[in-house]
Amino acid sequence: MLAALIIVFREVFEAGLIVGIVLAVTSAVPHRLRWIGGGLLAGIAGACIVAAFAGALSQLFEGMGQELFNAAILGTAVVMLTWHNVWMARHGREMANDLRAVGQAVAEGSRPLIALAIVVAVAVLREGSEVALFLYGVAASGDNSGPALLGGGALGLLLGMAVCLATYFGLMRIPPKALFATTTWLITLLAAGMAAQAVAFLARANWLTSLDQVVWDSSSVLSEDSLLGRTLHTLIGYTDQPTAMQLAVYCTVIVLTFILMRLTTPPTPSARVVAAE
Amino acid sequence: MLTVSLRKLTLAVVSNAVLTLVPVHAEDSEIQFAYADGQFEPKEAAAPADKPFAIRVKNMEAKAMEFESKALKVEKVVAAKSEAVLKVRAMKPGRYEFYDEFNEKARGIVNVQ
Repeated sequence: MLAALIIVFREVFEAGLIVGIVLAVTSAVPHRLRWIGGGLLAGIAGACIVAAFAGALSQLFEGMGQELFNAAILGTAVVMLTWHNVWMARHGREMANDLRAVGQAVAEGSRPLIALAIVVAVAVLREGSEVALFLYGVAASGDNSGPALLGGGALGLLLGMAVCLATYFGLMRIPPKALFATTTWLITLLAAGMAAQAVAFLARANWLTSLDQVVWDSSSVLSEDSLLGRTLHTLIGYTDQPTAMQLAVYCTVIVLTFILMRLTTPPTPSARVVAAE
Repeated sequence: MLTVSLRKLTLAVVSNAVLTLVPVHAEDSEIQFAYADGQFEPKEAAAPADKPFAIRVKNMEAKAMEFESKALKVEKVVAAKSEAVLKVRAMKPGRYEFYDEFNEKARGIVNVQ
């Protein structure tokens, strides 16, 4: 039972962190629970489908279907998170500058929520398919330990939800003024970390083999296995043996996000006067 | 007539170029593990150091397993009654442990030397 609890908890832990962050990011947006709930349900449904076709998925692309699938959905999440940041850079300023724009921006608030709903769906899909496979195996084996294992799995799921709520309430303790900057950084690092993970999957599929030398090995200082290592792995993409390509992609995502945010931020009134002259 | 021979010539040149361009790379060595009755067989296998290799996992059981090794930086779900290949990057000599993530009692070692 404990084994089942640990297996399920380990899988839902990452999804719990991500959903907690998304809840905090959208705390001021109406109808957010509808979007996030939709993302969750879509993710769970997708996880069951992926689990059911796990064998077929593996056989695609000369046996590298799983790796490429993971890289693709991580890539999708990176694009969605970056889109959200860029959107907020434009409309966050509007909300601060012009009170009349607030109502409109909130009404429009549903737009970046599509992006974040997809992020939630992808996080749940990725981790959930392994939980589904594990629990299906337990149910299919039909021995006496089944109910205890399922009970352990349910407890693991509850613990994952606790991680989600702890992340959310932890972030909500940040004063509203600082929350925007904090979540912008969080989402940028989350995206960069996911991009680096996608690189690792592409390398395993032999699709991206350049710059694959390991730059450092910090596994003796902070192992990716430890709870702190896993948390940092999800939040900022920490990995104890990064390759040169992973580091390059990680930095590129951060720099690109800030360039895109700069470009889309509407000019402040004083800047507009300068531009008119 | 001329066009036909031209086409043939182009074809010959192109196919020649392709043949010479594609590097003749040596096949990565591959080690195999079978998974049955909650155990890996064999429990240990040797792989060459400092060059990439592949691990082929045959899951004989009626349920899925997940071959995982934090040390080798690989993980992959292997569906019931099927097999999968994992590509491992060049590793330093050493003993690297792996396990079934769904059943951590099942463990084995890749001895890189």
